[in-house]
Amino acid sequence: MMDRLDLGGLFLHFLLLWFVAIGGPSTILPDIHRYLVEVHHLLTNAEFAELYTLAQVAPGPNAMYVILIGWHLAGWQGLAATTIPMLVPASTLTLLVGHLNQRYPNAPIGQAIRRGLTPITLGLVFASATILMRAVNHNWRGYLITLLTVALVLRKSSWNPLWLFAGGALAGILGFV
Amino acid sequence: MDETELEKPNVTRFRLFLSFSRISLSSFGGAIFWARRELVERQRWITEREFIEMFTLGQLLPGPNVLNLTVMFGYRFAGWTGAAASVAGFLGWPCLVVIGMGILYQYYGALPQVQQALTGMSSVAAGLLLATVIKLATVLPRHWRPWLFGTLAFVGVGVMRWPLLWVMGALAPWAVFAAWKEQE
Repeated sequence: MMDRLDLGGLFLHFLLLWFVAIGGPSTILPDIHRYLVEVHHLLTNAEFAELYTLAQVAPGPNAMYVILIGWHLAGWQGLAATTIPMLVPASTLTLLVGHLNQRYPNAPIGQAIRRGLTPITLGLVFASATILMRAVNHNWRGYLITLLTVALVLRKSSWNPLWLFAGGALAGILGFV
Repeated sequence: MDETELEKPNVTRFRLFLSFSRISLSSFGGAIFWARRELVERQRWITEREFIEMFTLGQLLPGPNVLNLTVMFGYRFAGWTGAAASVAGFLGWPCLVVIGMGILYQYYGALPQVQQALTGMSSVAAGLLLATVIKLATVLPRHWRPWLFGTLAFVGVGVMRWPLLWVMGALAPWAVFAAWKEQE
């Protein structure tokens, strides 16, 4: 059963999320998935994965999936509810810290924060990858494509990822997955 | 800020807008590669070192890394309006592209061929994210503590599906404190 979309709630939830999104948009993917798919049933698992994928094929930063999801949920209003929160920490915290950093480079507290938070960031991105993997792959062939992608990216890092997406699309159209 | 310390090339708001438009429109699969190429190599507005410092700072702060870099860069060269012009260039165009995709998805997303292609592409997208984590994990120190924090974050958010705010609230202060003690 699909919940009614509460734009104010969506806005507040994304605002809170963007303030803890240290390490970028991939770290909040698990929580966006939890909020939209598991708690509020606004999107299905497959829709979530497809919107994420579409945004990856578009130019621009990785965060575009958040904008696309907002648009899909409620047009311009949904887009505003998910995109404006993204700009708030960037235009407050970033300017403040950028200013302080130009004044006091090499502050020990800055180094401790960076060293302490890096592993947490990695754990969160790993969580995003596994959630996405479970959302999109319904059989062993899907997992095979995912693993093949991992192997290719690790061995041929100079390849443009768009070729891999083209390969995945082709495999899908030919009925492999 | 001491104005004499920074040698500021003449960077207008319009040029900031154009440069960040170019960066975002060429960045398929990650903007950082293109940002470095435009700002350091093509325009020579900042040095390699300044770029790395700005990027690291952008990564530490919440929000999209390259967006944070965009804000800091624009602000440094042309103040508030410079930051706004840079962000408009960086987010405006991809926003339009993504809206176009959203409209197409609403009309054609249910077609079987489109569904099949998207399924295959989604498997690739998951693989790209997984590969990124593996690459980044190689820089973690060979010490049990960072791996413990990484695993706890993964289990809390990815397996138990607890809200991110709780997990970060519990783990982040502890992790920063541990790194701080280690430094002394």
